[in-house]
Amino acid sequence: MKEKLSFLWRTFFGDSARAFGTMSIIFLLLLAIAPAKNHFSEWRHYQKKYLRLIRGRADAVTLERHFQGGVQQIWIPEEQVTDRCTTCHTGLKEASLADVSTQPFRKHPVIPHSLTEFGCTTCHRGQGAATTVQEAHSATEQWEQPLLPAKYIEAGCGQCHLERQTATPFLNQGRQLISRYGCTHCHTIKQADGARILPDDDPPSLKHIADKTTREWVYAWIKDPQSYASTATMPNYHFSDNDARDISAFILTQSTPLEPPLQPMAGAKAPPDPAAGATLYGQSFCASCHATQNAAGTVVGGNFGPELTGIGTKAKPEWLQDWVKNPRHYDPGTMMPHYRFDDKQVAILTGFLEAKTEPDFLANVHLDPATPQQIEHGKRLVVENGCASCHEINGIKKPENFAPELSRIGSKPLNQLIFVEGVEHTLPDYIGAKVRNPRAFGSALKMPQFKLTPQEIDAITTALLALTDRAQTQPPSMRIASVQETHYEPAGQAGQLMHDLQCFSCHTINGHGGDMAPDLTWEGTAVQRDWLVQFLKNPETLRPALIRRMPKFNLTDSEINTLSDYIMTVYQTPEFDRDSLPAAQFTPASVEEGRQLFYSKFACQSCHIADFSKDKGYIGPALAGTGMRFNAAWIYHWLKDPQALRSGTIEPNQHMTDDEARSLTAFLMSLKSGPKEAMKK
Amino acid sequence: MKSAVIALVAAVIFSAGCSHKSKQPAPLQATATGAAIVESSGGKQIGYIGTPLDQPIVVQVNDASGSGVAGAAVYFSGPARVSFTPASALTDSSGQATSAVTLGQQAGRYKLAASTRDGSGKKLDIVVEEVALGYQQTVGAQLNAQYCIRCHDSESTPERVSNMDNLSVKPHPFTEGDTLNKMSDADLVAIITHGGPALNKSPEMPPWGYTLSKSDIAALVSYIRAVADPPYEAGGLVYARN
Repeated sequence: MKEKLSFLWRTFFGDSARAFGTMSIIFLLLLAIAPAKNHFSEWRHYQKKYLRLIRGRADAVTLERHFQGGVQQIWIPEEQVTDRCTTCHTGLKEASLADVSTQPFRKHPVIPHSLTEFGCTTCHRGQGAATTVQEAHSATEQWEQPLLPAKYIEAGCGQCHLERQTATPFLNQGRQLISRYGCTHCHTIKQADGARILPDDDPPSLKHIADKTTREWVYAWIKDPQSYASTATMPNYHFSDNDARDISAFILTQSTPLEPPLQPMAGAKAPPDPAAGATLYGQSFCASCHATQNAAGTVVGGNFGPELTGIGTKAKPEWLQDWVKNPRHYDPGTMMPHYRFDDKQVAILTGFLEAKTEPDFLANVHLDPATPQQIEHGKRLVVENGCASCHEINGIKKPENFAPELSRIGSKPLNQLIFVEGVEHTLPDYIGAKVRNPRAFGSALKMPQFKLTPQEIDAITTALLALTDRAQTQPPSMRIASVQETHYEPAGQAGQLMHDLQCFSCHTINGHGGDMAPDLTWEGTAVQRDWLVQFLKNPETLRPALIRRMPKFNLTDSEINTLSDYIMTVYQTPEFDRDSLPAAQFTPASVEEGRQLFYSKFACQSCHIADFSKDKGYIGPALAGTGMRFNAAWIYHWLKDPQALRSGTIEPNQHMTDDEARSLTAFLMSLKSGPKEAMKK
Repeated sequence: MKSAVIALVAAVIFSAGCSHKSKQPAPLQATATGAAIVESSGGKQIGYIGTPLDQPIVVQVNDASGSGVAGAAVYFSGPARVSFTPASALTDSSGQATSAVTLGQQAGRYKLAASTRDGSGKKLDIVVEEVALGYQQTVGAQLNAQYCIRCHDSESTPERVSNMDNLSVKPHPFTEGDTLNKMSDADLVAIITHGGPALNKSPEMPPWGYTLSKSDIAALVSYIRAVADPPYEAGGLVYARN
């Protein structure tokens, strides 16, 4: 062995010439490591593969000319973007590679932004500066933000786009669900523009709950809200029987009687007529807001108010009467309008609703009177579970910051999260699992179980993933702010009336209100006063195919006058005067020309009905009574640019000339029969 | 003796815990075989990339006389990154096997297969096709639901009554590939932008070019292409005609 070693030594380093030669070779090899590493690097492999891929294609020359070898980088310092993704993803901009399905050569789908403007990691996350697949795409010890799975990609949009856009349906849905399920009662979510996401589920006050329902119902509801109504918003807290017993005892003990107290109606015991009840329920369009389950088990109706399938089991009869008569007595802030029903109507409707029962719901509930210890325990549970975050409860203060703030949840470092078995070690999976089944992370956790479909969970996860550090810290010029609802309240007597009728539950005026019915901000410019008075007296259907319609509120003449005067005076557009196009100037010739345009060039009859005897269009409102309803100036400006008067309306802008719009206005103003008279003909 | 029993019990518990963790699904023990496999429901759905389809795929295994066979093993398979829950199932008492599907990350058509074996061990399978919408197509789907569907879809729902029957010239449903595939992208863009008269068709199709943006209209075209049945095949690059 020893001889062998000394022989080798002598062969390579025996004299200075040999030693010099050997060392030269060793240094040469060492020097070759860096270029070799470069030559065999992953990205070079992909670039060679790309060149092979395009070689056989029809437009190879163009593609080769576009191709740039070497490490590519998009550098946008103000957005903290240093992305080398395009080194391997070489064909991102090549429209002709649309049929290539192998990565990393796929063409980028068409989006409104350019690569050079925003880079890749702004939306997709991952480590932009990395030059290996593993490091760029996955989480490493030094890099916590791996590539965002494609199904959550709209989270990228949501970092800058705080407003609602058509192009991001999942993000919109997620944000809407966060409000709809009242997540932000407990969790604070402050967006980058400073606006908070506000809940819009309107949980009921429990201050007078004993007037409304029984302890047995409260107990069964707390146990499982969805077994009472499948559409219930309240999540399941998985309370034990004893916990539910004690909570119901405490809540009922805290309830105080209404001021002035409920009074059973005299003569309300008249036998309810089911047919009359159903008719009144239908005529009052209760189903626009409230759902009921039909015989086939399908839930039909709006989701504005609570489902009424088992209302007779829940509500005490005298409470129901009082509520139907004037909901503002029990809950001054309710969204429900104050229908001015007379006593007979109240009796009919109440009788109809009381018959809607779910006897099984309370079948096995037997509660003994509560002991003071139980009530004390119930109070502790109510405080611990943050019931007062959503509900008003006498003697319990609404807790502040009850649950963790989520304003930056989308950048939460993974090492701050506790994972459980079966959940992959990524942020989206963590959030999804947490929303799906919070108690899987520990039975002592307080977050309740919401009833959500897998798609809804993905949507909520998308909306939460948009709440990143980048969103909070980027320059404000990058942000497109959300449209905040205003706090507009009309003044005076009319304002009180509109509050009482809860016009804003459905209509928006000056940026405040709901979207179920048309925006009324400029209604005073649009309509004629006589029509408005008639409509408020008896709202007729304007849209043949609509199932949600304006209910009849049984207003008095003086109330109608107050409302009409206010609307006609205050709700006017500054853009033009409603009397600027007097109907008297329209000649029969221009009416005839308008008719031609209506039926031939613009084919308005495909969507509108001008004449009930021959037109059938179902999409827009019936126009048979337009001349009685609108002002000519409004129609003219509407025809010229519908979206300018009501953004989001689906009526297409037909780009009419002034003359065409004038003639069509003349024709429409000549239509003066109400739909009912026309039907009679 | 006693300690030996305790050790044995501990070993059993330990090994039980281990086996619980292992991810190998138990192979299905088919108790019956069928003569044919047919689709019951769940084909031709339009979903979104990386998200579960609304309806599960339901297939039925039938015997020679065409009635359902219970207990036959059905295996679901598809391209990479498509997931099935469960990936294999035994047919129920009516002969049906159900699996929820999550589509992959690339927009396009997905061919999903369900297979079973007949008495002689021969593989029987059925292929169902689903469409996954990518970003641009999803935007198109949104616009379709807002602006187009009430005339271009004959189906009515309580929330959305179809207007198709009220029109004198019936619009083409967007799934009608036989007709729409013959129109070029430029033609589709033209008719959406300028209305029916642009291609000498009915003015009942209004012009949308002053209401929708160019990218909106491009999104609509991509949606129409995505849902066409039979599938649309792009013509590819054409440098010169004739």
